[in-house]
Amino acid sequence: MSAMDPTEVFRQEASELFEVLEGALLDLGQRPDDRELVDSAFRALHTIKGSGAMFGFDKVASFTHEFETAFDRVRKGEIRPTQELISVALAAKDYIRALIEDPQSTDDIIGEAILDDLKRFVSSDRLEAPAAEVAEALAPAESKQAGWHLYLEFESHILRNGSNPLDLLEDLCKLGPCFVVPITDGVPFLDEMDPEDCYLKWDVKLHAACDKDAIDDVFMFVQDEMKLTLSPLEHVEAPAPVPLFQLLDEEPMPPPVMEKTAPAAEVAAAPVVDEPEPKSEIKREAPVRREEAKREERGIATVRVQAERLDELMDRVGELVIAQARLTQLASAGSDLSIKLIAEEIERLASSLRDTTMGARMVPIGSLFGRFRRLVHDLSRDLSKPVEFVTSGEDTELDKTMIECLADPLVHLIRNAIDHGIEDTATRAAAGKTEQGRIELAAVHSGAQVLVTVKDNGGGLNTARIRAKAEEQGLIAAGAALTDHEIHQFLFHPGFSTAQTISALSGRGVGMDVVKRTIENMRGSIDLSTRPGQGTTVTLRLPLTLAIIEGLLIRVGEGRYIIPLSAVEECVELKAEDERSRGRNFLNVRGNLVPFLRLRELMTASGTPDQHQKTIIISTGETRVGLVADQIIGNHQTVIKSLSKLHSDVTIFSGATILGDGTAALILDVAQLVALAQSKVEKQHISEAA
Amino acid sequence: MNLGQAGEHQADAMQVVMIGLGEEKFALDAGLVREIIDPVPVTKVAGARSFVPSVINVRGNVIPLADLRIRFGMPQTDTSADTRIVVIEIQIDNKPVLVGVTADKVYEVTEISQTDVQQTPRVGMHWKPEFIRFITKWREEFVIVPNMERILN
Repeated sequence: MSAMDPTEVFRQEASELFEVLEGALLDLGQRPDDRELVDSAFRALHTIKGSGAMFGFDKVASFTHEFETAFDRVRKGEIRPTQELISVALAAKDYIRALIEDPQSTDDIIGEAILDDLKRFVSSDRLEAPAAEVAEALAPAESKQAGWHLYLEFESHILRNGSNPLDLLEDLCKLGPCFVVPITDGVPFLDEMDPEDCYLKWDVKLHAACDKDAIDDVFMFVQDEMKLTLSPLEHVEAPAPVPLFQLLDEEPMPPPVMEKTAPAAEVAAAPVVDEPEPKSEIKREAPVRREEAKREERGIATVRVQAERLDELMDRVGELVIAQARLTQLASAGSDLSIKLIAEEIERLASSLRDTTMGARMVPIGSLFGRFRRLVHDLSRDLSKPVEFVTSGEDTELDKTMIECLADPLVHLIRNAIDHGIEDTATRAAAGKTEQGRIELAAVHSGAQVLVTVKDNGGGLNTARIRAKAEEQGLIAAGAALTDHEIHQFLFHPGFSTAQTISALSGRGVGMDVVKRTIENMRGSIDLSTRPGQGTTVTLRLPLTLAIIEGLLIRVGEGRYIIPLSAVEECVELKAEDERSRGRNFLNVRGNLVPFLRLRELMTASGTPDQHQKTIIISTGETRVGLVADQIIGNHQTVIKSLSKLHSDVTIFSGATILGDGTAALILDVAQLVALAQSKVEKQHISEAA
Repeated sequence: MNLGQAGEHQADAMQVVMIGLGEEKFALDAGLVREIIDPVPVTKVAGARSFVPSVINVRGNVIPLADLRIRFGMPQTDTSADTRIVVIEIQIDNKPVLVGVTADKVYEVTEISQTDVQQTPRVGMHWKPEFIRFITKWREEFVIVPNMERILN
């Protein structure tokens, strides 16, 4: 594990940096004056460049360098980041990503074209610069920059690797006049000294207005084995000896905030800017430092763990929960009080261990939301429909596997919302709406579920169209009495979507059946609501985790089954009159007709049914279905095990679990059962109508 | 892989687990076998294909239990004191899958020689030829080396 491929580490790191970069660029499109965004984009770029060079991604390094150089004028506030510029920058980002992830597929020509675009943008309009504010914001840091203050501390074994700090210092001196003070307090007594260890540290003042990169380049190969603290020298000091104690007491400098301060060479080239009072500079720098410090702290508090290890841990905990259930069952059967006490203790420990482990797998959904901003940005440009994209509830946590599974369905829903939901500008104007459409992506906790909603303020669903289409395809009898809600369900019908006409006219339904299936595979549900002229909301209801659920244990004949408790609405006794109406299979639940399925028939159970049959009413969204079982046993902490490929053709079970006595029990797939019951009802409808 | 290992001392030998199903003997490639366990309670899976009618719990994993007798059109036999479940690992869509196989009796782990391989006769057999890798001789008896991947797919 320790011998993890360093290139892979770089790839992972880079992909996180890309997210930061993309986020910053997109935000910049909204708030072009936010300096902090430009800086964070630059920080990300810079790190990609640096580590790219270290891991041998030379193309990445050189392209990023060019990108950086071209974008530099934005950083200096000389030009405003326009939408076009940001689009090019995003393309550049994609190109770097391709260079890292799949170098074979990229072409230098694309890279050059992007760079040319970039250069064209940044060189065209020097005059357009919003000179006053931005220049003012930037000038102070630069105007006084006259060199660097470095603090060097090498790891003691550095000499054994063949690196010589003195050579490095010599290289550093080539950059400009240096004032080097060795710090000798780490040097031990002679008899304790290992001649092969490096005990010295150095404090260097470099009086040269060189680029930070130049300094980084000097230490490039020993970066991992040293501590380098860089800070700009704010004024030219006479190279006077610095008292030693001062150096020792000095707090370690915060990590370089170099991107803040443009290279001094540039200052010399453009010294036109007014000299503002130096105080403002201090004020401006302060919050940045704080933020850096915060980032540091967070860095220490988190550990990167491979996802598979977490999965493994979850498996073990699952087994522990099963073993604990067996122990509890045994203990409660016996009469030994002390064993009962231990069983209770272990039960408590196991359940808190389970919660902790599940917590470790939780990831805020915000990491996913970030990806869609780019999607919305690109789509709104391609379709020339201005769209405002609002997200909320980014902190809502979900199991990491769920987050991965959610990406595709959400892309689909958002694409649908922009493509078909939001009307074009003219239509919107005619309807008296704002020109800019609005898409809201929100996540919120609701009990043991998470609701993710995609809401647009477009034209809404065209119910009549959908109905006509459903009749045309023979899904419903002409003139059948259906609620709007029932009609909208046809959008999830496989094949319904492929019809070109409907997707062109009223939209929705392109691959909605796939979305629905994905969500249901996660034991979630999907719901549509729409208001003509005001927009559509798609709500995804998802369980918090995929690994363990609360279940209701039932018995059908000899077999025991689990129904996910989140789907259970109520349990009622099957009345004699319902029992008698064999052909109809409808329950009367407080005046509502609910179709029911006899699990005994479904499971081909043998033996005689229990005298008092129980009905469990389950629901997905608005649809309710009754399941008739022999006995309701009770609650069961269900550790979900998936069924193997050999049983992939069995649809009514979503998985299996292990009961307290060690036998396997199957988990009923609620969505499939509801669909099954509904199709029976539909058949009945059609046969009755015919 | 197994063939290769066995080949180190005898070029055509193959390590197998000899099991009995009804009147017939089958030789399972020992490389596929993970463990052999006593019968455990089975859970019937409604709607599953007939040759994988149930699932069992093996060490916290729920795995399918296959019945080769159904695949080979052999009569069902009742569970006896000799009945065992042989857990094998096969590749389905290039992913390893654990499957339990009911055996009326497990004889021994042994070596069979591939020089004795008999041509699979086209007639006179009540099972499909594609389920059989080859037929060989072991102690003057014919044994069938089944193609588990094919049987279970």
